[in-house]
Amino acid sequence: MSAQLTRDDVAKVALLARLELTDDELDTYTGQLAAVIDHAADVAALDLADIPPTAHPLPLVNVLRDDVIRPGADRDEVLSQAPSVEDRRFRVPAILGEEP
Amino acid sequence: MTLNLTHEPIEGEHFTITSESTGDVWEIVVGLEVHCELATVTKLFCGCPNMFGDEPNTNVCPVCLGLPGSLPVLNHQVVELAMRLGRALHCSVEPSVFARKNYFYPDMPKDYQVSQFDRPINVDGWLDLPDGTRVGIERAHIEEDTGKNTHAGGSGRIHGADYSLVDYNRAGVPLVEIVGRPHIRHPEQAKMYIDELRAILLATGASDAKMEEGSLRVDANVSVRRVGDPELGKRCEIKNLNSLRSLGRAIDYEARRQVDLLEEGIAIRQETRHWDEGAGRTRPGRSKEEAEDYRYFQEPDLVPLEPSAEWVAAIDAALPVLPAQRRTILAEAAGVGATESGVVMAVQRGLDGLALAAIDQGGEGRRVLTHVEHNLAVDGAETLDPKHLADLVGLELAGQLTATQAKTVLAEMVSSGSSPAAIATELGFEAMDSSELEAMIDAIIAESPDEWSSFRDADEKRQAKLQGFFVGKVMKVSKGQADGKAVTAILESRRNAPA
Amino acid sequence: MASIPTTAIEIAAAVRSGELSAREVLESHLDAIAAREPEINAFNLVLADEARAAATTIDERVAAGEDPGVLAGVPLALKDNLCTHGIPTTCSSRILEGWRPPYDATVVQRVAAAGAIAIGKTNLDEFAMGSSTENSAFGPTRNPRDISRVPGGSSGGSAAAVAAGFAPISLGSDTGGSIRQPAALCGVVGVKPTYGMVSRYGLVAFASSLDQIGPFSTTVADSALLLEAIAGHDPRDSTSIDSAAPSLLDVLDQGVAGLRIGLVTELMGEGIAPDVAARVRQAAEALAAAGAEIGEVSIPALSYGLSAYYLIAPAEASSNLARYDGVRYGMRVDAATTAEMNAKTRTAGFGEEVKRRIMLGTYALSAGYYDAYYGKALKVRTLIVRDFETAYKDFDLLLTPTSPTTAFRFGEKTSDPLSMYLNDICTIPTNLAGHPAMSVPFGAGSDGMPVGVQLMAPALCEPTMFRAAAVLEHAAPPLEEAFQ
Ligand SMILES: [Mg+2]
Ligand SMILES: [Zn+2]
Repeated sequence: MSAQLTRDDVAKVALLARLELTDDELDTYTGQLAAVIDHAADVAALDLADIPPTAHPLPLVNVLRDDVIRPGADRDEVLSQAPSVEDRRFRVPAILGEEP
Repeated sequence: MTLNLTHEPIEGEHFTITSESTGDVWEIVVGLEVHCELATVTKLFCGCPNMFGDEPNTNVCPVCLGLPGSLPVLNHQVVELAMRLGRALHCSVEPSVFARKNYFYPDMPKDYQVSQFDRPINVDGWLDLPDGTRVGIERAHIEEDTGKNTHAGGSGRIHGADYSLVDYNRAGVPLVEIVGRPHIRHPEQAKMYIDELRAILLATGASDAKMEEGSLRVDANVSVRRVGDPELGKRCEIKNLNSLRSLGRAIDYEARRQVDLLEEGIAIRQETRHWDEGAGRTRPGRSKEEAEDYRYFQEPDLVPLEPSAEWVAAIDAALPVLPAQRRTILAEAAGVGATESGVVMAVQRGLDGLALAAIDQGGEGRRVLTHVEHNLAVDGAETLDPKHLADLVGLELAGQLTATQAKTVLAEMVSSGSSPAAIATELGFEAMDSSELEAMIDAIIAESPDEWSSFRDADEKRQAKLQGFFVGKVMKVSKGQADGKAVTAILESRRNAPA
Repeated sequence: MASIPTTAIEIAAAVRSGELSAREVLESHLDAIAAREPEINAFNLVLADEARAAATTIDERVAAGEDPGVLAGVPLALKDNLCTHGIPTTCSSRILEGWRPPYDATVVQRVAAAGAIAIGKTNLDEFAMGSSTENSAFGPTRNPRDISRVPGGSSGGSAAAVAAGFAPISLGSDTGGSIRQPAALCGVVGVKPTYGMVSRYGLVAFASSLDQIGPFSTTVADSALLLEAIAGHDPRDSTSIDSAAPSLLDVLDQGVAGLRIGLVTELMGEGIAPDVAARVRQAAEALAAAGAEIGEVSIPALSYGLSAYYLIAPAEASSNLARYDGVRYGMRVDAATTAEMNAKTRTAGFGEEVKRRIMLGTYALSAGYYDAYYGKALKVRTLIVRDFETAYKDFDLLLTPTSPTTAFRFGEKTSDPLSMYLNDICTIPTNLAGHPAMSVPFGAGSDGMPVGVQLMAPALCEPTMFRAAAVLEHAAPPLEEAFQ
């Protein structure tokens, strides 16, 4: 069992990721994720202070496109895929939280 | 408890709140965060039109709808405009990367916002206000806008709405977020900052900067501290500021609210508050449903941005003369200070070119600025021959025209295009000669002996008032043709003469 | 009916010359599907009608004297995480069930432009997360060689479709081995190209900095043909390399004389089944016999590859999969508020493995843990890139097993995610480095199941890699030959 990853951590990440877990699931996932995190302890323990990160395998920079209008998507086709539409807009239930 | 607070400017630049109960003097500290939409043809990462006011969900494609499999490609013009703005704000352009800011919100198609986080494109600049204050700019970074939620049912507002409708036309529109340092000390200064920033945005072509249409959005971080306290107070972020008027009122209200609490010994909670224009107050935002943790990480679908030195140099070379610089140039030419209202207004109204030309043609600076500030509408001013304006000022200084007459002549110059001398002759504006004026004044003194003797004996304050009485009479009799300065000079000489 | 050739190259040649019609080629493959698909379950969707229409068009073009392209009339299976305009694209997830994209992936456009016939959308581990195709919401795919065994994953459907003769070629995606490992387990060729060689536009993202689309085929030449057709710059993908597609078919017969090929020490010992390791050594001998210099090379940082991968890939995935929120497309479970609706939709729509990785990635990125996990993993990625650079100073190519074992049985590893993740130990490093790699069938293991050997090459060195692959293909023992 991981010293680092707790049931509370899993509950917190589930909330952040908008996933609902039952108590049983919470236990199972905590065990499984802890095993993976434990395996990653070798990485976490490395002293890599002088090593720069590699976020991306390619050394590309400045990939830009011209500011020119391109045909977009057909609105009806896009809206036809939506679970709920009203007045040509995507309909969602009440929004309670604030936008950051 | 409501404290009775008074505003009292100290040192002419700080705006303070004095508590009548404790006598403590509080200083307001404001930092502004401005989001402005860039004036590009297309969105930040796709070829959809960047257009305001179209039918909902018409300017969309797989990319700006965040459809599975779609990928962003950065718009060249966004980088160009962002750098123009950055350089106009004296920022240094740095190698930058995009990051994802992860949070769920239905107007955000990917449920993350692509923004610049730890490596923004523009860093560490400043902006000079017309009052001479230099406000630091921490950063000006590129990010994408969200869609638009319309709240339906219930009250029609987010609170209590039954449901919402989402339009993604605005999703992916390019924004620059300009983060100002907390160097603002006054609600008026905050408004001035926005005005100045707007002028820069317009001058650089970066944005149309319309606060009413939402292409310029302002959040204010407001805190207070006792004057002399080196520490910054806990701040609140005020949102929903839709006009300059709201901005000023909201800062004023919020500062007082914070002083109220602090004087009562209640700590300020760092929070987001919303300005309610109708009620004239700020209200706390609804608390988040979950703890904030944006889990920023570098956007793997985009590559780093490293504008070449040549690109930056080309931007510098093409920058227009910016408002602060224009003020300096005009002030120097006119021989006045750059913070004088004539200078500030001439630049703000875009008439500094005319003023400079008139001064160049020999017009006296201060009088030229007076006309440009007070007597000239922007409409029509472009047709005015600067030489004529210089001549008009010349006639005034030579005593050929009174200030009032000059104003009338100027209006005629704008509509007819004729020279001031011709107009003055046509209108019959001929200078009264001084002996004529002296005779007129002596007659008026003789008519009002009581007033004259009070004027002679009055203290300074009262004298000024009574002087107005006599000047008014002279103007009436002369039908405005008398030169006010000459009149006061004669009155003064009569008053000082032995009785 | 004339007998239908089994390779894409032969089929395209016959269709282009008018010797065979695209329609008869298609029907024979649809017959094969009808016969075995019920037990294999390689497809989420067979596009019989669309394919017939496309084949007819190809035949009309040939009749009109046009050349429909290098893949003329070749049936091709598409992994169901490649967007197809108007055709359901599910990623084998309930959350996308029924979603019809309003656009085609770039690779889908390119294979169609080359005359290929899209015959179906293949099954995968949900959102490409898995190594056995057991994580599909629509049931597992079975290994055509032994239906009690997994086909590998996540592109299990694409590998099985080729192995079962449903299509001579197919497309998959490879984030940590998802093309190469199922290719090995099913006994076909599978290629992960250099990152950026094939456009990702229209590939539903799992982990953006690792994902790459690539071919499956029964022969090395067919993979070369398909890769040439899909490679090349795409202005819609910012991470697409701005260069032309490589020439591969032209170099296939150049052999390996003089090439230096290294056996990677770290991937030949502990954790690798002895029969698999033996086949790899046998492959090395074959390369030596063909004139290559074989040596051993140690790449120490590889020991951290798995940990780094299982932090980076889930981190990117946690963000990439946030958009499945019930608002714009796909599944929705209704609720009183949007936040609740999001959570209920995601809870019902995602399978267990996807949830596990989303949570793992969310954790690795979250405040307080970023530096220790995600940040560290990015630095390990640097170490791996550097170690590869060092190795490639002495070697042109590296040789390893593709998978530590042959195809395992259903359910063997599902209860222990970590043991499943260990399957990817040989394939992950090249995804982290962005390098190309491919799996070539090389005989059977002691259980009679196929063994794949992996060739790895520096970025953009696909031509060299394919030369060695052709030699291995030629030297490979027949699958039926018992393991000694
Ligand atoms: Mg922002
Ligand atoms: Zn768009």
